Amino acid sequence: MSKKPTQDIHEYLAEFDDIPGTRVYTAARARRGYHINQFAMSLMKAENRERFKADEKAYLDEWDISDEGKAALLARDYNTLLDLGGNVYFLSKLFSTDGLSFAEAVSTMTEYSFPEYRDMMLKGGRSPEGNRSIRENAAAAAAAGKGGN
Amino acid sequence: MARITAGVASSHVPLLGVAVDQGKTRDDYFGPIFAGYDWTREWEKQEKPDVVILVYNDHASAFDMKIVPTFAIGCGERYKSADEGWGPRPVPDVEGDADLAWHIAQSLILDEFDMTIINEMDVDHGLTVPLSMMFGQPDAWPCKVVPLAVNVVTYPVPSGNRCWALGEAIKRAVESYPEDLNVQIWGTGGMSHQLQGPRAGLLNREWDNKFLDMLEADNDDVRWIPHIEYLRETGSEGIEMVMWLIMRGALGKKVKTLHRHYHIPCSNTAIGHIVLEPVAEEAVPA
Repeated sequence: MSKKPTQDIHEYLAEFDDIPGTRVYTAARARRGYHINQFAMSLMKAENRERFKADEKAYLDEWDISDEGKAALLARDYNTLLDLGGNVYFLSKLFSTDGLSFAEAVSTMTEYSFPEYRDMMLKGGRSPEGNRSIRENAAAAAAAGKGGN
Repeated sequence: MARITAGVASSHVPLLGVAVDQGKTRDDYFGPIFAGYDWTREWEKQEKPDVVILVYNDHASAFDMKIVPTFAIGCGERYKSADEGWGPRPVPDVEGDADLAWHIAQSLILDEFDMTIINEMDVDHGLTVPLSMMFGQPDAWPCKVVPLAVNVVTYPVPSGNRCWALGEAIKRAVESYPEDLNVQIWGTGGMSHQLQGPRAGLLNREWDNKFLDMLEADNDDVRWIPHIEYLRETGSEGIEMVMWLIMRGALGKKVKTLHRHYHIPCSNTAIGHIVLEPVAEEAVPA
């Protein structure tokens, strides 16, 4: 039954970097984003939400977050926050503090406006075609380039 | 003797809870989703389970990044609906079955699954949305619940194989409990969805249905799907489907499909729902 050998952690993690437009929440990201995520978690308390809304910068200054992280939080730049180790389930506390639905907040990380994003979802969502592997996409593009010459 | 009589899987999208709480379950958007649960709501009324072992993931509600348990079992008497940032869902408290939960926890640890024990926590939409989908809006939930929380957020999350094996161990634990209980096991989350990054909004109808087919099969091939396949094919949050394997592993080798439903979309997510019944080996004609 235990036919699988133990998977090598380095190979396991390396594959995640090959997925287009995706930041898998690895231990490395969890370490880097620890204070961003714990800040977001603090917004689950109503009194903290009030204090944050009253003066966002002052509230953020209470946390051990880099200037880059604070700027991204103030700008609601969620793709940068993912790069800095933010996780969407934690960041969602900021979505709700802002009164945004999950779908609207998620749409800001894509190339679409919210109405366009909603429309894409109603039509069946983003296709996995061409979205599985950066490596495969590059190989396909190279092959297509050759074919064209 | 207690026995596992059925396995249920369902997505647990928070927006479904909003639809229930705001009375929108029959509108144009939600109608087709909820219609796929009508059969199950009627079936549950007949089945009257005593206890549901409810496999779900916490979404940064009861757990933050301070402590990240891979498998945690709720051994408390009662759980309240969590405030996820917009106030708790107006649903009944969830009544635990501390005796059964402690029995399962002890049995699993002896069986070499090193469980985290939870005595107090609030439960978020991951647990309360499936209850609403299956039972509607009663004044009190019609059964006790043993929450089983799985880390599917911080990598590495448990493998499909490990989840399946945990399900098998849960079956052994339930069957060694002396009280005559009708126990169901539910796996929740999924199906395809990605909530982050430029690839957000990915859905994969074909893969999701292949996964449902694999759950129905008389073999355990589905346990060997590697994480990277879930991630590439079903989006970063599609990994929640490993929790369905705990349910499936607890049903034994052969199952009968009682009901199956699939709908795209609900918010960012593909909705999947399946009801399976274990088929005893001796009952299968040669």
